Amino acid sequence: MAETMKTSLEGMVCPVPLQHQERIVQGHGSGGKLMHDLIAKYFVAAWDNPMLNAGNDASVIATQGAARMAVSTDAHVVTPLFFPGGDIGRLAVCGTVNDVAMLGARPLYLTASFILEEGLEIATLEKVVASMHAAAQEAGVQIVAGDTKVVGKGMADGMYISTTGVGLLAEDTRIHGAAAQPGDLVIVSGSLGDHGIAVLAARGELGFDTDLESDVAPLNRLIAEMLEASQNIHVLRDPTRGGLATTLNEIARQSKAGIVVKESALPIKPAVDAACELLGFDPLYIANEGKLVAVVGREDGERVLEAMRKHKYGKDAALIGEVVAEPAGRVLMQTLIGSHRLVDELMGELLPRIC
Amino acid sequence: MKYVAEFRDAELVKRSAELIRAEVSRPWTLMEICGGQTHAILRYGIDELLPEEIELVHGPGCPVCVTPLEQIDKALALAALPNVIFTSYGDMLRVPGSGRDLFSVRAAGGDVRVVYSPLDAVRIASENPDKEVVFFAIGFETTAPANAMSVYQAARLGLKNFSVLVSHVRVPPAMHAILGGEHNRVQGFLAAGHVCAVMGYWEYPPIAARYHTPIAVTGFEPLDLLRGVLDVVKLLEAGEVRVVNSYGRAVTFQGNRPAQDLINKVFQVCDRKWRGIGNIPMSGWGLRPEYAAFDAERRFDVSAIQSEESPICVAGQILQGQLKPPQCPAFGTLCTPQHPLGATMVSSEGACAAYYHYNKADLLSEVKHG
Repeated sequence: MAETMKTSLEGMVCPVPLQHQERIVQGHGSGGKLMHDLIAKYFVAAWDNPMLNAGNDASVIATQGAARMAVSTDAHVVTPLFFPGGDIGRLAVCGTVNDVAMLGARPLYLTASFILEEGLEIATLEKVVASMHAAAQEAGVQIVAGDTKVVGKGMADGMYISTTGVGLLAEDTRIHGAAAQPGDLVIVSGSLGDHGIAVLAARGELGFDTDLESDVAPLNRLIAEMLEASQNIHVLRDPTRGGLATTLNEIARQSKAGIVVKESALPIKPAVDAACELLGFDPLYIANEGKLVAVVGREDGERVLEAMRKHKYGKDAALIGEVVAEPAGRVLMQTLIGSHRLVDELMGELLPRIC
Repeated sequence: MKYVAEFRDAELVKRSAELIRAEVSRPWTLMEICGGQTHAILRYGIDELLPEEIELVHGPGCPVCVTPLEQIDKALALAALPNVIFTSYGDMLRVPGSGRDLFSVRAAGGDVRVVYSPLDAVRIASENPDKEVVFFAIGFETTAPANAMSVYQAARLGLKNFSVLVSHVRVPPAMHAILGGEHNRVQGFLAAGHVCAVMGYWEYPPIAARYHTPIAVTGFEPLDLLRGVLDVVKLLEAGEVRVVNSYGRAVTFQGNRPAQDLINKVFQVCDRKWRGIGNIPMSGWGLRPEYAAFDAERRFDVSAIQSEESPICVAGQILQGQLKPPQCPAFGTLCTPQHPLGATMVSSEGACAAYYHYNKADLLSEVKHG
């Protein structure tokens, strides 16, 4: 950069905000860029290894035998603990089952550790544990080990659950975030933003009632159907925190390709759309807990869509876009009125607009 | 969605753009005053649809961007006090003061809460009688009625632990400042429809006449924006100077009288500093003396905090429409939403953030298949 430009920028004393390098802020857990930067700078840098560095929802590890294993771990915090469509227990099982399944692996076993706040009602714990059991049965996995710690009143928000999952990968399965290729089709398994808006509503933060339910669900059986229908699935990823926009940006960046989505093709429920309009949110950045994005070879697009639509968690599956060569690492949207715009990833915390 | 999807109809949008094309005979520079409109223009790519003779420049209508540094520093000081619950619209949390933002105050232990309505702050005050609850009352005419209502309600409830840090701004004095400025390029205005829904547009005919600049009261959906552009272009081409209402489904000449009455009951016009622009006479609202008990600056003695910004920050020129965001040497390189150098890159209504999020022109032309 030219020397003169540097000088003029030093003259510009627009106050530079803290880069939040000294303390954790809420935005570090948002699923957006702030979180990715934290992970890259502090975790990946310290633990540097090829499996972690691949940057997928789960890691593939080689074992002594012939089989390859997928492993993933996820901590779950949510307020309130129970919300329409789910609870922290179902979330803790589905979140990890889905992360393992997104590599195309068959999830088999989970472990769970609990951090419980002093004063939590045993009846609440019982309900959560039963919900975990039901979700595990639905997914066909077993919870085989656990741990419990109790912290003082006020040191946790009811309970936190961390789960780790392992699954087996078929020998020829190579599904990961860097595998999208120009020409591939981009499919989403159903409506976007239901979980995030349902949880906001359950917190009483919307100021109005909605019938929306969280979409939290185990997607491994849906994925098994998809893999049955096609050998040509390149990427699977669940757009949780940070929403579809952030997930598509991750895939574009990892695959060094561009993604173009059609605004008119995005499945968004009217209630989610309306809540977002009112609050100044964009549904593309709202969390989902029972949806997946699939990047599929063009010739298999219809076959995969058809298989998805037969499954209860994929019945609203939609073709939303395609992978292009350029601009690499970027996501573009063809708007309702036919123009194009950039779709950026979430930065820090999702904030409602003032007016 | 009713009353939204209809105004995003692709076919009608194309036809509207053609109508504008048919009217234009020479270059015109129009300003949309409101940051919400700037975002809609870039989000839908409306600038791509307009004939090249029409240049849209972006106005100072981002309440977060123009809130002066010293008010933010006062907010940070208040939010850090041990017995205070500091409540704010979400946008303000990310805006930097002198070295800190509300996120960092919260991370350091301050009780900072995002509210969707100022009445939520009143509720928090009544539920926490042993705490002091402060609401950051910022914004244009759009947020003023609800902010006034919070003070009015708190007074009626007899709440002694609720106060507001006021930094309200008004659009018409800013239009005077822009049109009367020595570098003004604006030939026609798209007035902010949501502001006019509250205030009406009776304040605008004298502005149009004084600066010989036609004004169209304009909405926020693609068809609304194109209708506003079309109406202003028609006036400019005909050499007519008038105010037209291009957002009739939401705006009347008189506006929302009960809302205006409430504003006038609680607030009075005062001078106000605008971040990046400077002091604009009569451009703000402050609490009336009879509501002085709810003034956080008096209750907590932060009025002595004074902060100065450099007069050469380009955010000021961007807020006045003299520069476009990509013309700033730092845009998109040193200054991004992740590492903002100015408030215009921070707020969801700031012009720089809108350009960054939606419209990296260099990328948009590069879509290549396979």
